[in-house]
Amino acid sequence: MPKVIKNVGCPYCGCACDDIEVTVSDDEKKVLEVKNVCAIGTEIFMHGGDREGRIKLPRLRQPDGSVKDISFDEAIDFTAKTLLNAKKPLMYGFGSTNCEGQAAAARVMERSGGMLDNCASICHGSSFLAIFDNGYPSCTLGEVKNRADVIVYWGSNPAHAHPRHMSRYSIFPRGYFSGKGHKGKTVIVIDPRYTDTARVADHVLQVRQGHDYELFCAFRMVCHGHEDDIPDVVANIPKEKIIEVANILKNARFANIFFGMGLCHSDGRNHNIDIAISLTRDLNQFTKCTIMAMRGHYNIAGPGQVWSWVFGFPYCLDLTKKDLAHMNPGETSSVDLAMRDEVDAFINIGTDAGAHFPIPAVQHLKKHPFITIDPNVNMASEISDLHVPVKICGVDDGGIVYRMDNVPIQFRQVVNAPEGVPSDEEFLDAVYERMVELEGGKFDE
Amino acid sequence: MSEMIIKNGFVFDPLSGINGDKKDIGIKDGKIVDASEVKKGKEIDASGKTVMAGGVDIHTHVVGPKVNVGRLFRPEDKLFKSRIKERNTRMQMGSSVLSTYATGYAYARMGYAYVNEAAMPPLHSPHVHEEIRDTPILDISAMPVMGNNWFQMEYLKEGEIENNAAYTAWLLKATKGIGIKCVNPGGTEAWGWGMNCTTIHDPVPYFDITPAEIVKGQIQTNEFLGLPHSLHIHGNNLGNPGSAETTLDTLKLAEGIKPNNKFGREQVLHNTHLQFHSYGGTNWGDFESASEKMMDYVNKQDNISFDVGFVTLDETTTMTADGPFEYHLNQLNHLKWANVDVELETAAGVVPYVYGKNIKVCNIQWAIGLELALLAKDHMKCHLTTDHPNAGPFTRYPRVIKWLMSKQARDELLHSFKWADKVIDATIIESMDRELTLYEIAQMSRAGTAKCLGISDMYGGLAPGMNANVAIYDLNPEDMPKDPEMIEKAFSGAAYTIKDGVLVVENGEVVATTPRKTIWTDAKYPLNELVERDIREKFLKYYTVDLENYMVFDEHIHNAQAIEVETA
Amino acid sequence: MSTVTITAKGTHELYLEAYNVTPDAFAGKTPAEIAALECHEGNYKGTLGEFFEIEGAAGATAEDTKIIVKGDCKKIKRIGQQMSAGEVIVEGDCDMYIGGWMKGGKLYVKGNVDSFCGIAMAGGELIVDGDAQNHLGSAYRGDWRGMTGGLIRVRGSAGNDVATFINGGTIIIEGDAFIHVSTHGEGGTVIVKGDVEGRVAGQMVKGDVYVYGDIKYMMPGFKYVDEVEAEVDGETAKFAHYIGDLGERHPKRKGEIVYGNIYKKL
Repeated sequence: MPKVIKNVGCPYCGCACDDIEVTVSDDEKKVLEVKNVCAIGTEIFMHGGDREGRIKLPRLRQPDGSVKDISFDEAIDFTAKTLLNAKKPLMYGFGSTNCEGQAAAARVMERSGGMLDNCASICHGSSFLAIFDNGYPSCTLGEVKNRADVIVYWGSNPAHAHPRHMSRYSIFPRGYFSGKGHKGKTVIVIDPRYTDTARVADHVLQVRQGHDYELFCAFRMVCHGHEDDIPDVVANIPKEKIIEVANILKNARFANIFFGMGLCHSDGRNHNIDIAISLTRDLNQFTKCTIMAMRGHYNIAGPGQVWSWVFGFPYCLDLTKKDLAHMNPGETSSVDLAMRDEVDAFINIGTDAGAHFPIPAVQHLKKHPFITIDPNVNMASEISDLHVPVKICGVDDGGIVYRMDNVPIQFRQVVNAPEGVPSDEEFLDAVYERMVELEGGKFDE
Repeated sequence: MSEMIIKNGFVFDPLSGINGDKKDIGIKDGKIVDASEVKKGKEIDASGKTVMAGGVDIHTHVVGPKVNVGRLFRPEDKLFKSRIKERNTRMQMGSSVLSTYATGYAYARMGYAYVNEAAMPPLHSPHVHEEIRDTPILDISAMPVMGNNWFQMEYLKEGEIENNAAYTAWLLKATKGIGIKCVNPGGTEAWGWGMNCTTIHDPVPYFDITPAEIVKGQIQTNEFLGLPHSLHIHGNNLGNPGSAETTLDTLKLAEGIKPNNKFGREQVLHNTHLQFHSYGGTNWGDFESASEKMMDYVNKQDNISFDVGFVTLDETTTMTADGPFEYHLNQLNHLKWANVDVELETAAGVVPYVYGKNIKVCNIQWAIGLELALLAKDHMKCHLTTDHPNAGPFTRYPRVIKWLMSKQARDELLHSFKWADKVIDATIIESMDRELTLYEIAQMSRAGTAKCLGISDMYGGLAPGMNANVAIYDLNPEDMPKDPEMIEKAFSGAAYTIKDGVLVVENGEVVATTPRKTIWTDAKYPLNELVERDIREKFLKYYTVDLENYMVFDEHIHNAQAIEVETA
Repeated sequence: MSTVTITAKGTHELYLEAYNVTPDAFAGKTPAEIAALECHEGNYKGTLGEFFEIEGAAGATAEDTKIIVKGDCKKIKRIGQQMSAGEVIVEGDCDMYIGGWMKGGKLYVKGNVDSFCGIAMAGGELIVDGDAQNHLGSAYRGDWRGMTGGLIRVRGSAGNDVATFINGGTIIIEGDAFIHVSTHGEGGTVIVKGDVEGRVAGQMVKGDVYVYGDIKYMMPGFKYVDEVEAEVDGETAKFAHYIGDLGERHPKRKGEIVYGNIYKKL
């Protein structure tokens, strides 16, 4: 009899919806059906379990370029030795691992004296830089659902990237103080393009690409009583429109600004978010206003949380001194390390650096041992010296994940992975033990 | 199996009334036993040393989401300021907000065994438990915040104590929390709209209940359930000139209420970081100490306890569930401000703060903390904290002890302030000769805190049957050092710290870690149909997390030990 | 002044962290003791002697010590870091954090430097003949206390994030800068003799920026007030004076609001 499991968390995007219903096969090897989940989440569940085509053993690259299946013990040994032989190994990824795996990785890289980084480095890392410099007046998604009457999406397109965001959290739900649903809300979309999200907006500002910083400055001028001094046009937006929208924000009962890659990766990067935070803070003089980063993956906030409590820094960790941790994105960030040829071994885990890094960065990294730890075949695995399959978090492994608003969600295992396939945590803990064995007492001298 | 005997030390165990007697302490299988029962154990020579139970910190912010925001958003708190990784430790990063590993080791070095996390937003309890897992050595409990909780406000507005008790018991179980924490009652819900409640009679927008009604209702709920600890409150109007008035109003809500519990607890209200709540004056210009007025009242009450929240004059990081206060602080010092409002429950704010040595207001704050402790009649009910990290990092406890035990140390610092004269005018610290004794320090830092938490059958003392947590300091009560710096030095690095019968610190260095426990309260008062339906409805309609995912899963609680409470 | 000359052997594969190449670390030491000073190549803890030829003699104090660094230093970081006195001359290009957290003394690079040079500088002089990359004279991540004193002069151009959170001191760039000059500035003086693409003095609370060339995109928060004449870097000239950032908070002094200033050379 197939089994229905309820209250399952979805391991795709930063929405981390936890109301999914999964029907699994009798033998607990396959997902048969999913309910409540968006199109992309569906794919992830259907890919999990002990199904045909799933990678079941580690694959080691041979001298002739082909790959050969090896045992997990051999893979553990290979990985441990790679780390111990390197002077500056880099472990990067973690967009799709659970927190238990991220904590295990922290212990491994602390011991090996390497670099530890996560996908924020190429994504919301700019948000972190802004938060370091300027703070983060934010809230949980339920606050937006229950209280917000003005919603801003700036440089963010949830219609594509976070499919259930608007219906579950921001525009459409009827909350405690927002019983009218979307009819009681004003939606503002700011983006150089007229996106699909813009279709549900009351106000669309097509800002000149690369000039969001100046537009934020103009909004702030309204807050500081200098609206007369705003030039006629700022970043392609006319002064009258700027003043109109600023007043909507000032007169809101509760305004929330959601932002995404449009701010994170257009000119100035972290400064765009930094000034957005300044605007949010300014608006608190008039009303309640909060800001929230639209984190992309269901647990990309995870390593930021875990490594902050273990090391004090959320990403771009330099653990090479072994007695103190150091962080300085620009120097200790993965792409910069790769482009400057600063590392001599690379482990890609729970992500696909082969697809997402600039090609020259991948070429630099490929000069050195290159390992991928991921359930799937992806671009990184296909150029790796070793590919280690692991469980898919949220499908064949549980664990804690952090949603985009940093609320912890407890995930459930719904099906079994193929026999013998470990979780990230199990694999990394085994690598740690093997490193201890290989080094003997030398480490504590 | 493993045995240990601590020989010839001068024992200070206020829970048993032992004040400096030379006494041997026996340990067997992780518990204290009579010395005569130890036949063949590791011998620790404590001659010429002070022996106390392992420290118990009743209020500190060390695990949880806002602590982590403090870590995450302050890279500069680590740079050139962190302790290096040592032989038996992980890396120990952080100076005012320490990593979880640094926290465990640092407390152990000071001889502590137990800390009570001051505030756990229930929605984030899995996060708190993850951080507890990664904090070595210490036994930890956490208090869920309830002073702005929508369920509590709705029940207490109607005076429905039993319904509120059912919900409270359920919440303690869902979050594996220990007791009721109340922060800025009503005001933090008002902050959801950018507003606040600054007196105990300001009604909360929409919910239309006053802070006074919330506090009174929560005291009654707590006593109805008979919880080990009392209501633990951070009252309205924290940190403002004149806050003493609001605080006295708050404390008076406890008048006439008797404690009801089987744990030896005598107070019904514990006011945390009283220092921030003992301000006189009307603005920062005429800001002054109201410690005498405060202690005149507190000293006369049997059913109130407090921890001080001593200001240590450091650069530190403030973090509190008093959301509006943190915004207000940012508007004063213009340093980066982080804030998280938590749906249906609470909020938190984090702002760095520099308590400058030459800033008059900061100096007066420093004096107020010391005055409260030096005026206190009963140190079982007056506790050593810095509201870590708000008034200063917990690593400064030894420095605070030095100030409490040495007028000379206090005066030296006081007279080095640029505005010493103005500080002396606004306070009474210069005129205070009292120097606390080792017995009183033991009351403030282990015996009293354990008793007020309701855990004094296991912690805070050295009677047979208690957990074998022992701290041995290099201080000879019969030959105390002339130089007060030696007091600070002795408490900074214990000669020996023993946790559950295992030697974890020797000569101020971590030598081992032990499995640690999570302590929570299992109040066996069941849900009724009404409350159950209320819970289900709110989760369905207003929360963004499913009810079945809200209770912390067993696999995410680490080494849990429940304090069981039967409600009559 | 006593001089120690160190020549990079080029034996490092990755980047070398030479945080002990400072007059403060060398002072009072023999060449053998200097050779025994630590440095790092990734997680490999080595000694200066492994990576440099060392000749000459250090002075008794930092003030009396001069260090000349020769050889290929393109992959060597942190030279002159935290130095308080004395002199360091690098005879070619070097990498990041050169003169980082400097408190005093003189550091002269006869080539290009990479990013984070002069970070959180408190005093002394950092002169660069070539270009600097990003975060010149900026604050460390998260610190509201950036550069507080001293002088940085770059004869070439700089990248972005010049003088972020500057509190005091002077930075002179004789070439161009990219974007973000004196962001969040709370004091200090920055002079750019070439062009700046944009975002000059964004979120500035207080401080002065002089630009001789073109500012392609002016911040909307800066308003023209008047024309002034001033002596800057030994030369007198006329400037169009703008005040702002009008979107930011500003302190008051004797009842008057103190704005940040941009001076554009006429």
